[in-house]
Amino acid sequence: MRVLQLEINGDAREVAAHDHWTLLEVLRYSLGLVGSKQGCDKGDCGSCTVLFDGKPVLSCLTLAASAVGHQVTTIEGLAPKPTGTLQPVLDPVQVAFNDCGALQCGFCQPGMMLSARALLNTNAEPSREEIHQALSGNLCRCTGYTQIVQAVETAVARIAQGDGASASNDGAAGHSPPDGGVPA
Amino acid sequence: MSARDQHGLAAPHGEFQIIGKPQRKIDGAAKATGSALYTDDLTLPGMLHAKTLRSPHPHARIVSIDTSAAQALPGVHGVITGKDLPTPYGVIPWTPDETALAVDKVRFIGDEVAAVAAVDEDTALRALELIQVEYEVLHSYQDPKEALERDEPTIHQNKRGDNVSKRVKLDFGEVDQAFETSPVVIKGDYSFHGSTHAAIEPHCALAQVDGDGLLTLWSATQITHYVHRALSSVLDLAPHRIRVIQPAIGGAFGGKSDPFSLEFCVAKLAQITGRPVKMLWTREEVFYAHRGRHPMEMQYSLAANEDGKIQGVDARILIDGGSYSSFGLVTTYYSGQLLTGPYDFPTYRFDSTRVFTNKPPCGPKRGHGSVQPRFAFEVQLDELAEKLSIDPIELRRRNSLGPQTKTVNGQRITSCGFDECLLQVEEASDWKNKRQSLGSGKGVGVAGSMYITGTNYPIYPNEMPQAGIQIKVDRSGVVTVFSGANDIGQGSSSMVAYVVAEELGLTLDMLRVVAADTDLCPVDLGAYSSRVTFMVGNAAIDASRKLRKLVVGSLAKHWDVEERRVRLVKGEALDLEDPERHMTMAEAFQIAEVEHDTLGATGSYNTPTLGGDYRGGSIGASPAYSFSAHVVEVEVDEETGRIDVQEVWCAHDCGKALNPILVSGQIEGSVYMGIAEALYEHHQTNRFGLHSGPSLLDYPLATTLDTPEIKSLIVESNDPEGPYGAKEAGEGPLHSAIPALSNAIFDAVGIRLRHLPFTPDVVLRALREKRANDNQAPSPGSDA
Ligand code: FES
Ligand code: FES
Repeated sequence: MRVLQLEINGDAREVAAHDHWTLLEVLRYSLGLVGSKQGCDKGDCGSCTVLFDGKPVLSCLTLAASAVGHQVTTIEGLAPKPTGTLQPVLDPVQVAFNDCGALQCGFCQPGMMLSARALLNTNAEPSREEIHQALSGNLCRCTGYTQIVQAVETAVARIAQGDGASASNDGAAGHSPPDGGVPA
Repeated sequence: MSARDQHGLAAPHGEFQIIGKPQRKIDGAAKATGSALYTDDLTLPGMLHAKTLRSPHPHARIVSIDTSAAQALPGVHGVITGKDLPTPYGVIPWTPDETALAVDKVRFIGDEVAAVAAVDEDTALRALELIQVEYEVLHSYQDPKEALERDEPTIHQNKRGDNVSKRVKLDFGEVDQAFETSPVVIKGDYSFHGSTHAAIEPHCALAQVDGDGLLTLWSATQITHYVHRALSSVLDLAPHRIRVIQPAIGGAFGGKSDPFSLEFCVAKLAQITGRPVKMLWTREEVFYAHRGRHPMEMQYSLAANEDGKIQGVDARILIDGGSYSSFGLVTTYYSGQLLTGPYDFPTYRFDSTRVFTNKPPCGPKRGHGSVQPRFAFEVQLDELAEKLSIDPIELRRRNSLGPQTKTVNGQRITSCGFDECLLQVEEASDWKNKRQSLGSGKGVGVAGSMYITGTNYPIYPNEMPQAGIQIKVDRSGVVTVFSGANDIGQGSSSMVAYVVAEELGLTLDMLRVVAADTDLCPVDLGAYSSRVTFMVGNAAIDASRKLRKLVVGSLAKHWDVEERRVRLVKGEALDLEDPERHMTMAEAFQIAEVEHDTLGATGSYNTPTLGGDYRGGSIGASPAYSFSAHVVEVEVDEETGRIDVQEVWCAHDCGKALNPILVSGQIEGSVYMGIAEALYEHHQTNRFGLHSGPSLLDYPLATTLDTPEIKSLIVESNDPEGPYGAKEAGEGPLHSAIPALSNAIFDAVGIRLRHLPFTPDVVLRALREKRANDNQAPSPGSDA
């Protein structure tokens, strides 16, 4: 057992954890951040993906202690901090995934969206090939990846237009980037 | 309105506002933000964690079990074995051959033997090691042919004293005569390997018993209602003392449509310990739980005229069932009953036998029981086209059954867009310019298929509705819909919201859907057999129209106008002839509430009487059938045997796309899953019965880099009985992807792959044989 000072989604958190606990265990069991999913606990599926300083890591293969000194982002921290307006603001990746139908069962998607965000952090105009590469560590069993890739491309196009964070909740959706996405 | 009435295709208020247009899912934002709660995300105060002890032998008698050391371990609160839950169950009531924990025998490596609840998983795992089990090892069956021939020992007891799980032999028309008189006969052996669902969320269940003894089970299940019934029977607890809830679920594909051991174990352990108990299976355990695609060995014979018209089909199928029945009775029927479209053939016979083996039990995986025969038959059709030098699309067109017809086994076909599916893939893929002309190592292949949209066989015989909906109206304008249906990611709860919003003129943000909670929702039978959109959609229309009638009637009185002038649209009620006169739906509901008291409505759906007039004729009888056609384009590397699927076009007749985004998602997911299982996946055990690799590394799922470009093409045939014309989209579009792939490989390099999977070693061997044959007697094309 050791006490760890972690920085999770911008919050300083102090947790006691067994030496052998993974970051995924600490997130899910100690901090109640259950958005990070456990699909295999062996490093094979990517559903536990979180970001260390903006780069994707598999939290099921990462000892909790090695998260010390990194800025950890989980799905709960992907959306920007609320600005005081009452309208929820999401990351353009989240909005595009929702608009494009990428969220079927949704279980792989916290990891998938974080991998997509990590890609966009370093590459504002990824090619389809680069998107495939960046997401190749995240298994999805529902979508056949098509709408996921469309979602990333939609997010890229909307960000380029300075848009994409609006999460209007009228239900209408679509994936013709960038602004034709939400039909009247 | 009776549940069996047809609701028609038209929008309730002129133009569709929501139906047929791209919409977000109602749980989309929750899934985008990570706030959707899945079973393993739930924690209750004082919760214990449970683990399962599993058999190390494929077939053995249990001589004794000693749990005393495990019981004595500090931190352990409960240990159970088979004698604590001895009542057998099975999803099909005629074949209850499972118990939650093995009672006297284990039947595969991984079979459940004991369960422990402890303060944490580590303690539970230590306790498992302290359980002493003495086994008497029995002969194990790994080969279905041996299980067919050998009776001693039997895996299960049956009256015949053999290892046959189910045999179905049916014939329609003069099959032998058709084969004697037809000028062209093709015979072949085909086989389909095992594959599994591998939903990314492992199975998980959590149980709690409250101070009144009421048991609540949260489970990652796609059949809440059947789990409810099974729990009641196995725990010997009245059903009204049990509540089953399905939280958000991380994929299912048929892999969560049996009652599973862990559901009974956590319930029993919660009863024993008085504490909430959760069990989460490891990825390895999910591979043992399986219920995936049955391996099948299939002999097909096809008789035809010179013009390609099919005259007869004769099939013999050996089905490897694994160790328990699961849905096996239905699987055995489906292996023959679902082949009889989209083509018209006058005579047909099938003889299917499912045997038990000492392997993880097989069950329903996306396209239950019919993906395998579809593969064999569609490859054989390609062989017919080759033999007669007919374009394979043209051959299929010539045999197409068409709408408003009856299949050879007596199934009623209403809407049928198969011809349109063929046309769309032909055009979109540029088939005419590509076939036989893509150059070395490249080719295209086609295949077609048909699938059920629900079935009129409700698993346990009863006359009650198969789907129910209940609607509650709040004065604020919020409408809450209670739906028994299991949303397994396909979006059934969203579908219900779209329908009710359309009918009542609401915007989607006014809708709440409460689903798959047996205390709160009317019964729905579950998410299987592609039944939900059709049945629950119709039930939702039924309930909504009853409610709309009340509201429209009250407003007409209130405004003193005829009812036809009242329109509910986009959250408002309007008078069509007086633009000044309108109000919010909240106000409209309040006016109706004054007249009718508290507002609400129920609706339901039941299938009409369907099916052939013979034993088993109702199995595979569906109120509507979906149709698909695929064209696959491949490149085969003749040096390495690697198959690169470049692009897949799938046209699918879903009747009407209630939300085209979700339909495309189902088509794409189906195509991905079919191509991946054909190329990469193999669920198998070695000769000792040991699983060959129960991990997502050894059982490789296709990644973004392995998945082809998929073009989904939606065909709308407007089914007369579907909700606004809709049929299924979740399973049909998998079927013909696999034979189209095999047929494309033939077009590319001239090898006929009749046995799955198409791994590089198989491809290389076939290419070698072809070269050897070509050298002996040069001729185009050869056989693998
Ligand atoms: S749970 Fe971490 S990779 Fe699967
Ligand atoms: S959405 Fe279900 S696994 Fe990806």
